[in-house]
Amino acid sequence: MKKYTKTHEWVVVEDKVATVGITNHAQEQLGDVVYVDLPEVGREVKKGEVVASIESVKAAADVYAPLSGKIVEVNEKLDTEPELLNRDPEGEGWLFKMEISDESELEDLLDEQAYQEFCAQE
Amino acid sequence: MNYPYIPHTDEDIRAMLEFIGVSSIEDLFSSIPVSARSSLNIPESRDEFSVFKRLKEISEVNASLEDYAVFLGAGVYKRYVPTVVYDLAMKPDFLTAYTPYQAEVSQGTLQALFEYQTMVCELTGMEVANASMYDGATALAEAALMSFRLTGKEKVVVARSVHPEYRAVLRTYLEKRGFTVVEAGYDETGRVLLEEVDEETAAIAVQYPNFFGVIEDLDYVRSRSGNALLIVVVEPVSLALLEPPGSYGADIVVGEGQSLGLPMWFGGYSLGIFATREKYVRQMPGRLIGQTVDQAGNTAYTMILQTREQHIRRARATSNICSNHAHAALIAAVYMSVMGPDGLREVARRSYSAAHYLQERLEEMGFKLRFSGEFFNEFVFNVPEDYPERWKWMMAKKILGPLPLKGFYPELGDTALACATEVISEEDIEKLLEAMK
Repeated sequence: MKKYTKTHEWVVVEDKVATVGITNHAQEQLGDVVYVDLPEVGREVKKGEVVASIESVKAAADVYAPLSGKIVEVNEKLDTEPELLNRDPEGEGWLFKMEISDESELEDLLDEQAYQEFCAQE
Repeated sequence: MNYPYIPHTDEDIRAMLEFIGVSSIEDLFSSIPVSARSSLNIPESRDEFSVFKRLKEISEVNASLEDYAVFLGAGVYKRYVPTVVYDLAMKPDFLTAYTPYQAEVSQGTLQALFEYQTMVCELTGMEVANASMYDGATALAEAALMSFRLTGKEKVVVARSVHPEYRAVLRTYLEKRGFTVVEAGYDETGRVLLEEVDEETAAIAVQYPNFFGVIEDLDYVRSRSGNALLIVVVEPVSLALLEPPGSYGADIVVGEGQSLGLPMWFGGYSLGIFATREKYVRQMPGRLIGQTVDQAGNTAYTMILQTREQHIRRARATSNICSNHAHAALIAAVYMSVMGPDGLREVARRSYSAAHYLQERLEEMGFKLRFSGEFFNEFVFNVPEDYPERWKWMMAKKILGPLPLKGFYPELGDTALACATEVISEEDIEKLLEAMK
């Protein structure tokens, strides 16, 4: 099931591996993305830590680890096609995959409805 | 009205006093204690002619380096700057509007800075240069910080043959933030002596030519640097003759740009040169100017990659530098354009020759060269124990002599660092030799 954070990341977990990206709402706020700085594969991260950054023509935004664990894969396509983040942020524009170390952290994340409500309030 | 530089007429003053309800100037200042007022000791006003004469008398007490034979280098160099450089650089269009925050109305300044960056890349053999840092020392500290961001490591090895004041600034920038600075010594050639670096080392920093004037063997340094980045501190004019550090695989090149047309004004302003590889550009500190095209397809210049900078990136910016020495960079760009590659090469060659001639003459007098390594336009030689006193005495003779090194390098004993540039004449050298007797 897809989960969300208040810092506008989305997460899909399959067999203890979480795929992480930024939401369509975040992409709209950023504008045209020109560069994505991805984490190193193998890096251990803690929930809430800055793991990646995204530069658009008007801003630079940090991406936070939604869960604790180890980075196992990054979307290398983004090096040459950062625009994927605007075109398909919740599909082809995924950022990285991580092996999660504490499944209970999933409970802190928002479901789609809660995230929509959060965005509407913001 | 006798004083054209005072804009108020007697009538203006009277009207202002009347408006605020005081009867005279003395009355206006009556609340200031008499003792404080008399301590200012300001003389009665005088006419312009007398004031000019008095100011001239005062200014004549200043020492002008134009009248001195200068054998003191150590990071700041006396060079000849063609008059046209300042005729151009001091144009009000450049001088008063030097901060290009609004790109669309700052095209001239931006173009000059873009050309400065391009010329720095050509001299250093690097791929990207920024539009300047504050000075050589802070540029080195920023280079170390950049190497930590790039590698995730927290230790830098710096050669003891790097300028002592640069190393002091490096420590100030790094140690209180928890980073480690380790020094590497030198051998009898005056070149850096390196152990194989360990895996915790982010970068090795050397100076080329080094503080002793000796030309470091960058192939050797690279061979010892392992996975660490290579930071090279340069004196830009020397690069007109030497193989640029970029050819030896340098990752970051920094240096003091004063010798590119800037005068020796107290401690500045100075010019921090900073260049690196394109793949590292997003971790580079400072302003970058780029060339692009406008809506009509004309060439245009703009500040680029500002997302690294503090006004956008805040706490996670690549550096807390939020300005640069844009006008100094502009002067350097004009100087380099006026000299051209051949002119710069000539300046470097003459400096080299003058220094080597000076060294031979000193050797004839019994002053032995301290290091055996090939030098550019500075060299260390042995001096008698009382040399520091003689050094001060020479200043009265209008000679700024070779720098006594004991305070900086106690381990060297009694030595001094001599420098010669293209402005040193045969006559200057005779004057120094006479004073050294």
